[in-house]
Amino acid sequence: MSANSLTTFGWLVKREYWESRGGFFWAQFWAAAAILILIVLGIVVGEVFRVRAGLDWSLNSTIDHFSPSDTANMGGVPGFGVALFAGIAGVVLTFVVFFYLLGALYDDRRDRSVLFWKSLPLSDIGTVLSKVCAAILVAPLIAIVVVLAAFVAAQIILSLWLLAHGINPFGLLWAHSEPYSIWFHMLVMIGVNAIWALPTVGWLLFWSAAARSKPFLWAIIVPVIAGVLNFFIALIGLPHIRYEFYWGDIAGRLLLSIVPGSWISPDARNFTPHFGNPGHVGVIDFPAMGHALMLPQMWIGAAVGVVLIAAAIWFRRWRDET
Amino acid sequence: MSATSALDEVPAAAPQGAVIRAAGLTKRYGKTLALDHASFEVQPGRIVGLIGPNGAGKTTALKAILGLTDFEGELSVLGLDPRRQRPALMQQVCFIADVATLPRWITVNEAIDFVAGVHPRFDRGKCQRFLSRTKLQPEQKVRQMSKGMIVQLHLAIVMAIDARLLVLDEPTLGLDILYRKQFYQSLLEDYFDENKTILVTTHQVEEIEHILTDLMFIRDGKVVLATDMDALGDRFAEVMVNADRVEAARALKPLDERQVFGKSIFLFDGVPRAQLEDLGEVRRPSVADLFVATMKGTYA
Repeated sequence: MSANSLTTFGWLVKREYWESRGGFFWAQFWAAAAILILIVLGIVVGEVFRVRAGLDWSLNSTIDHFSPSDTANMGGVPGFGVALFAGIAGVVLTFVVFFYLLGALYDDRRDRSVLFWKSLPLSDIGTVLSKVCAAILVAPLIAIVVVLAAFVAAQIILSLWLLAHGINPFGLLWAHSEPYSIWFHMLVMIGVNAIWALPTVGWLLFWSAAARSKPFLWAIIVPVIAGVLNFFIALIGLPHIRYEFYWGDIAGRLLLSIVPGSWISPDARNFTPHFGNPGHVGVIDFPAMGHALMLPQMWIGAAVGVVLIAAAIWFRRWRDET
Repeated sequence: MSATSALDEVPAAAPQGAVIRAAGLTKRYGKTLALDHASFEVQPGRIVGLIGPNGAGKTTALKAILGLTDFEGELSVLGLDPRRQRPALMQQVCFIADVATLPRWITVNEAIDFVAGVHPRFDRGKCQRFLSRTKLQPEQKVRQMSKGMIVQLHLAIVMAIDARLLVLDEPTLGLDILYRKQFYQSLLEDYFDENKTILVTTHQVEEIEHILTDLMFIRDGKVVLATDMDALGDRFAEVMVNADRVEAARALKPLDERQVFGKSIFLFDGVPRAQLEDLGEVRRPSVADLFVATMKGTYA
């Protein structure tokens, strides 16, 4: 890969961001902002009720009566904050990326602007890969940055509240709370998520490039009809695919693998040695990721995804309808 | 990226001879033959009008030239195969497919930044100069522009690219006369020179007739007439004939006959001029009249 084609690829990814910043950035921004506003409103309402009731209750004295275990448990508050922001961001990310991929190779065919892109010296391989890159790397990275900013903002809001009550927030909120390595874990997790997401990325891009219209319908209806057929084949006693396997490992992987962390298995606690310990990053620690990376489903799915992406590139090159 | 690595191997010097060379170009859509063994050549430094009725294969021919569709037969554009060497080809070829194909979400600045980023032959300063003559604002989005403004932006970008072949497919469709005139005037004054070739299709033949150097008529997937405009005047002639000479004129097998103000106007192909002057006033036919005569019966 020459420096030239790297620059071109950079511009292609930047273009994806320009076109989709509403989903990639602003949707995350407003989701996080909504939670922050709720936190502020909660504090304000609480204070108003406290003053109105004339309670002689002070946060300070409450905390003075904390036992050492209570103080330790307070360390879970920031952790809960990270989980809340990250969870909401994950939901937003899933929806945004799902519809981004469905439209990525379809919207410009519908409004014919594909002819403008195709009038430039760009390879279809580069174009499609820039969309893969935007979906599995750029969008999650932006989400993590927004979650981090929102988390810091929430910590500051709570700290100001504590300060207003004359309490030093550093001991409670900042010092012995969450392991800050969780941010590093989330970054590494983008990589695991990306490999796991490939079958869905490929499936959605494939229909985005191949469908003459309504890629959404095709992407959903094909696995559903196949599942229903499988059910009827089973009903008349012919060889069929086990239901859990079909819906979990085939249809589910084609449609839902872009859900961040959907590779985490229900028995994750078996291979996360410090599971449940305070200050532990939970089911996304490195042993859990390592375990996931050794699952055959991870790599079979990735291979299927690569084939589907290659098919999407082919359709992008030769689809001829305008 | 294997496709872009081919970019580095673009031949620097122009291959001598034709810019486009097509032989037996054929394209089927199901049972319909969009192109039926079409053969033609386009020489450098020409402005070629590709004219044909709806469904004659104009757009298919352009799509084949631009590598947007597969086809049978032989086709070389600037010495490259549009099917296999598309990214390399697009460094030297520009096209405006039809009006309003710029993405609606993009701003003027983003469009310029992007093209400057990916196109090695794009001259940003030139593009800015073209834009400064328009009312376009740097932060304006395409969706906020009128059709005419979108074309102004597209044209400013395309004219700032030092390409050797510019393909225009109905570039002024749906624009008002002011934008249409301005479009072709800019192309002639600020863009075209002897190193460039323009291939244009349009239904508004009258408007581009005077800028064309060459003419190609396409009908039912075949090129039925390919001539330069000088030869056209030598070969075709329109004669206004009085009623008493009509039979004599018909004997010379005219391409077409129509009545205007009680006189008959005949269109002849390849009849010696002296013979025609004998019949009445001889004129050079307009491309539109020639087109109508050539395409008679197309929709019948």
